[in-house]
Amino acid sequence: MADLSQKEAKRVSRVRWMLLAPALIILLFAASGPLLITLVYSFLSAGDYGGVEWTFSTDAWFNVVMQRDIFDDTLGFSDAHLSIFWRSVKLSLMTTLACIFFGFPTAYFIATRPKKQRDFWMLLIIIPFWTNLLIRTFAIVELIRNEGTLNTVLLALGLIDEPIQMLYTEFAIAVGMVYVYLPLMVLPLYASMERLDFSLVEAGYDLYATRLKVLRRVILPLVKPGVIAGSILVFVPSLGAYVTPRVLGGGNQLMLGNLIELQFGQGRNWPLGAALSITLLAIVMVALLTYVRAVGNEEVKHG
Amino acid sequence: MAERKGFNIRRQTGFATIAVACFVLLYLPILLLVAYSFNSGSSIAIWEGFSWRWYQSAWENELVQEATVRSLIIAVWASLISTTVAVLAALATTRTRKFKGQGAVFAMINQPLMVPEIVTAVALLIFFAMIKVATGYSGLLYLIIAHAAFCIPFAYLPIRARLQGMDLSLEQAAADLYATPFQAFRRITLPQLWPGILAGAMLAFVISLDDVVITEFVKSAGQDTLPTYMLGQLRRVITPEINAISTVLIGISVTMVIGFTLLSKIRN
Repeated sequence: MADLSQKEAKRVSRVRWMLLAPALIILLFAASGPLLITLVYSFLSAGDYGGVEWTFSTDAWFNVVMQRDIFDDTLGFSDAHLSIFWRSVKLSLMTTLACIFFGFPTAYFIATRPKKQRDFWMLLIIIPFWTNLLIRTFAIVELIRNEGTLNTVLLALGLIDEPIQMLYTEFAIAVGMVYVYLPLMVLPLYASMERLDFSLVEAGYDLYATRLKVLRRVILPLVKPGVIAGSILVFVPSLGAYVTPRVLGGGNQLMLGNLIELQFGQGRNWPLGAALSITLLAIVMVALLTYVRAVGNEEVKHG
Repeated sequence: MAERKGFNIRRQTGFATIAVACFVLLYLPILLLVAYSFNSGSSIAIWEGFSWRWYQSAWENELVQEATVRSLIIAVWASLISTTVAVLAALATTRTRKFKGQGAVFAMINQPLMVPEIVTAVALLIFFAMIKVATGYSGLLYLIIAHAAFCIPFAYLPIRARLQGMDLSLEQAAADLYATPFQAFRRITLPQLWPGILAGAMLAFVISLDDVVITEFVKSAGQDTLPTYMLGQLRRVITPEINAISTVLIGISVTMVIGFTLLSKIRN
């Protein structure tokens, strides 16, 4: 009998792996495998015309944040790279904060609508989310260009004499990222607010708390996992953004994604591009792990 | 309920205002973009009158035609492949006890959701460049496989959600009546699963159709899809033709999202 059940277990396991095989093969070929090769590439030397020479080298990793002076060979931090790292982190943090500022009230607004209306309001959030990111970025371009709608209106009203240069600035990138990633903040916030127990809010008011106090001491602690989830969901893609800074930053306001692309184009330094990619991936993984731990702890606390 | 008269405990000062502003700001740029696709002039900021001119010019633009066909071929194949393998994977990973290697399997399936797209794009550029040199082949297959891979989690998640919500007793009844596993799947599981499969396929289709970054890095010369064609046009003088193409793409996305929402409402 034991023998039979063991055979059965083996059969189940074999069927399971056969069912999984097609998906895993495709993913290995076009997702996980290439990632490992990228890691290998980051330890090779750059070829003269792009590509790599198959000799071991740590130059690429060295060049991620450091550089050797071309004249006197002294070591120093690579200001160009560091300023791009800094811009990426700064703009991603600003985007996340702005998304909380706009997303929190919006999610709260939806969660406090009558139950039948909530799906409709959420659909309004989800539709832009599934609309092409490039098109949404492009919509911002049309709005803030010098010949765009905003400047045209301001000029027509006589409020300004000449167009305000908004496109191709850090401000434009931040606006664009808030615009495209806002739904990612509202979705998890709404999910945690929908389950909010309003009898606790009522208890707060019964104990003479003001609205602000109720928000700070009752609502905010209860929806904290949603705030964390939303922040990570916005911060991670912002950090790796490529299309939005390329279109709205216009080539002078590079972010990490654009710096990586540069190494495969004009830069012709594939190993450096590979090392920068792995660096970005590592930062993202740290952010995700922090998130998993934070949410895990919250669940234990409220368990 | 000792409620003060007219006091709404759910209200927070200023929240409704910000929320309404949020919805307006979310839709205003898109609506302007759509509106100017019907502009009879060639400006995207000064309205000169209604016309279908730019739709006609996009329709007659050979580059747009080719990019559209290419986008559709890739999206259809990528969604077919990813949905098929996602159904199999979902069958293997739901309703079973924890198995060895489960964590690794989930990590692999969800990888495209966690790894920044630019990193995946660069990795594919490197890997496919090696294969292109080795084989000399530089056709559409690279794009189809790349798209199929990153569509897998999008197809997998709704299908798995559907499977998890399904009633096991019917399948057990089929087994009791001596149905083979395949018969039970075809006659019992599949008919209940189809809304999930369709939802997953639609999601995969939209994701593939809209992709910019991975396509931009993987495509060989002359393999523009609609989004990469549009990205290339942004450096030139912008005419409402781009708006017209965008409007059509938005229309497809909205249709798919509403379809997806309705499908996920169908009860088991």
